[in-house]
Amino acid sequence: MMMPMLEQPMIEANAQAGLPSSATDIKMRAMNVNAFFGKLQALHDVSLEVAANQVLAIIGPSGCGKSTFLRCLNRMHEVAGGTMSGKVLLDGEDVYQTDAVLVRRRVGMVFQKPNPFPTMSIFDNVAIGLRLNGGVPRNQLNEAVEQSLKQAALWDEVKDTLGKSGISISGGQQQRLCIARTLAVNPEVILMDEPASALDPIATAKIEELIHELKKNYTIVIVTHNMQQAARVSDSTAFFYLGRLIEFGETKKIFTNPSKKQTEEYITGRFG
Amino acid sequence: MKTVFAPTLRYYRRKLTGGVMLTLSALSAVVALIPLLLIFFYTISQGFDYLNLDFFIKMPKPVGEVGGGMANAIVGTLVLVATGSVIGLPIGIFTGIYLAEFGNNKFGSTVRFMTDVLSGVPSIVAGVVAYGFVVIPMKHFSALAGGVALSILMIPTVTRTTEEMIRLVPHSYREAGLALGIPQWKTTVQIVLRTAFPGIVTGILLAIARIAGETAPLLFTALGNRFWSTSLDQPIASLTVFIYDYAKAPFEGWNKQAWTAALVLIMLISILSLTVRIVTRSRYAQR
Amino acid sequence: MLLVILQGEISPTVGRGGGAIPRASALKTSPKRNLGDVVFKYTTLMFAVIVLSLILLMAYEMYVDSKPSILKFGWGFLTGTTWDPVQENYGALPFVFGTMASSFLALLIALPLSLGIAVFLSEMAPSWLERPLSFLIELLAGIPSIVYGLWGIFILVPWIRSSIEPPLSGYLGSLPIFRGAPYGFGMLAAGLILSVMILPIVASISRDVLKAVPQSQREASLAIGATKWESIRLILKDARSGILGATLLGLGRAIGETMAVTMVIGNRPTISASLFDPGYTMASVIANEFTEATTSMYISALIEIAILLFLITIIVNMLARLLVWSATRGKL
Repeated sequence: MMMPMLEQPMIEANAQAGLPSSATDIKMRAMNVNAFFGKLQALHDVSLEVAANQVLAIIGPSGCGKSTFLRCLNRMHEVAGGTMSGKVLLDGEDVYQTDAVLVRRRVGMVFQKPNPFPTMSIFDNVAIGLRLNGGVPRNQLNEAVEQSLKQAALWDEVKDTLGKSGISISGGQQQRLCIARTLAVNPEVILMDEPASALDPIATAKIEELIHELKKNYTIVIVTHNMQQAARVSDSTAFFYLGRLIEFGETKKIFTNPSKKQTEEYITGRFG
Repeated sequence: MKTVFAPTLRYYRRKLTGGVMLTLSALSAVVALIPLLLIFFYTISQGFDYLNLDFFIKMPKPVGEVGGGMANAIVGTLVLVATGSVIGLPIGIFTGIYLAEFGNNKFGSTVRFMTDVLSGVPSIVAGVVAYGFVVIPMKHFSALAGGVALSILMIPTVTRTTEEMIRLVPHSYREAGLALGIPQWKTTVQIVLRTAFPGIVTGILLAIARIAGETAPLLFTALGNRFWSTSLDQPIASLTVFIYDYAKAPFEGWNKQAWTAALVLIMLISILSLTVRIVTRSRYAQR
Repeated sequence: MLLVILQGEISPTVGRGGGAIPRASALKTSPKRNLGDVVFKYTTLMFAVIVLSLILLMAYEMYVDSKPSILKFGWGFLTGTTWDPVQENYGALPFVFGTMASSFLALLIALPLSLGIAVFLSEMAPSWLERPLSFLIELLAGIPSIVYGLWGIFILVPWIRSSIEPPLSGYLGSLPIFRGAPYGFGMLAAGLILSVMILPIVASISRDVLKAVPQSQREASLAIGATKWESIRLILKDARSGILGATLLGLGRAIGETMAVTMVIGNRPTISASLFDPGYTMASVIANEFTEATTSMYISALIEIAILLFLITIIVNMLARLLVWSATRGKL
């Protein structure tokens, strides 16, 4: 990994925040986030930082609030009727102080089960975000779609069949299509909610490879119940349990020498 | 101040369009309620005048004379609904049972298809059919013909509801019965049907509510009768035809009575529908 | 069963036909079917056959009764515009026109409203509002046709005559669809009253179809920065075929509707482009003239119209069911 010349204080600050030393910038920051579904509290006082151009993995047993936390980052939590308190900052600005539509353009999301639009072609699926957001001329649209599909490592497989329905391709391809769709609107952060859990091992490997490539240009937060996957793809890891952030730090450290006992127990498979 | 989230002109346009469309949608819901409120309001306000005991127990008076009622029409409706039910309910229920229990074959599909076809029959056509089946052979109009017409309208809904309700009964109930050594048919009747019973009753009540409000099929089957009659082989009065006749008449007193009859009809149907709601609610409360 | 257990040969199994090998003498019934089962099956089968034959009988009956008319007029019946009981010259075109025109007009009015309602109920309203509102709208479906007709004659038509037709006639009277004197009774009244009657059907089914679209679709569009309305538009696209089915079901209902239309449409067999002019539908002519039909040719002409009505309704309903069924398959 390249080590750019950093000022000493920043490295220290990052280290204090638990971020890997290679982190240069904080892209997103969660501060004292509490999340509720009606009276039920799903997240308790969660604070953490997401470093730019890095991959943050969120792990924890089922029901620990990791998906809920992810959804708080791009204001999808409220779509399901949830409420929250606390701050979520993107480049220093609170996402809850502005229109959710604007937030979601900059913080994209890929879901657990691939959900391409069934009534639209592969091309239209990728183009939809652009069509909604701005009057983009046709040739620019073509170029953008091609770019996005290339970045999602799907272009070669579908370039001759862009007119086919979005659901006519395999599950793994659909998921990459969803990634291309997200990339097309040029977000800065990509949230992934267990993106490979519905896919076979080969498709999963492709997604992981993709994440590795994508982090060069985007910041990625991935929720996964697969610890090995977290260890493979991420730079930092956050361990959640029962709605609380138990431990957060450099992936290497979390997986080899965790500070908290609960983390260790989860990692070693004693529960979860 | 440059913000991280910079809205563009296009963004505002999108928001505006969205706002307008959503407002229109909400308004549609309001607009839909207007006729509902108007109908109920007018039926009650116009029909209230003549709503008294006389209405239910007296016979219609000739034109010009005040008062009178439509006891014959109310009883007529009851007779017609009863006749229609006696014919239509057994056919509908047993066919529904057949389709649910034994109907997973070509014949069953054909019957199901035909039932669907039957459910699309306009009520006036049911009247024409009953005319051919009953009025022509009998050479005169009759309550029986009216009942037959109504039964044609009942059969498809009762069949479909019965079949659906039986299919909703979990397979495990059936298996439990069979595992206890109860014969297949007894399992169906005593366990499955008993469980599906409230749902089937719902279907029946809804079908009855529907045919109680029918007019067209009665126009040339039961015809109508200004005098008291409950016999099946004579024309018979009914609330619905009464409303029609009195509404068309050029006498204001009669027009008013038409509203009253409409009020009574709506009350009757509401009671049936409410019973349905109560039955279904208590059933779900049990779970 | 007790005997068998006492003999210790077979462990007390709960059901018959279980794993153990029974001794022949111990079995009360042989593997062939129980008499009760047979009776039950064939009894219910009989009723199913009754339903099947009912429909075939209906078709046959109507065909036979309308034969004289079919033979006399042939295909000309469908194109003939004269309806003259005196001369015994019958043509069904005015009625077909009346039915289709009033029904499509109703659809034109009801469809946008129904979609708005469906969208509101499925995508916008909170559940404490949605349920009572859905109930109220479904109430509209339960009001008998004759009551609609009554309201039509005494409330709707006077209102149209005084408040709707005069301004339309005043400003747009030169247009063919608004030409003529405002009587109140006529195609416009029929279209309006039918639209109220089919509104609950189209709205409720569209609402159900929209609800059947998986939540993941909504999340997908919202996550790329779509506004709520844009997300709904995509959902509507998903639900296209189901909504079309709902529309066809509404159309089917409008086509077969008798009393409410008869009471407000004016009942004159004219084909006119103007909404102000009276019309006559297939169902209305049967309702009005059946008891007055003095000759057998007259009756058979009316019955031929009934067959026509029946056929049109069947086709529309079949198409509708196909579409709604495929849209909500397995999701309900």
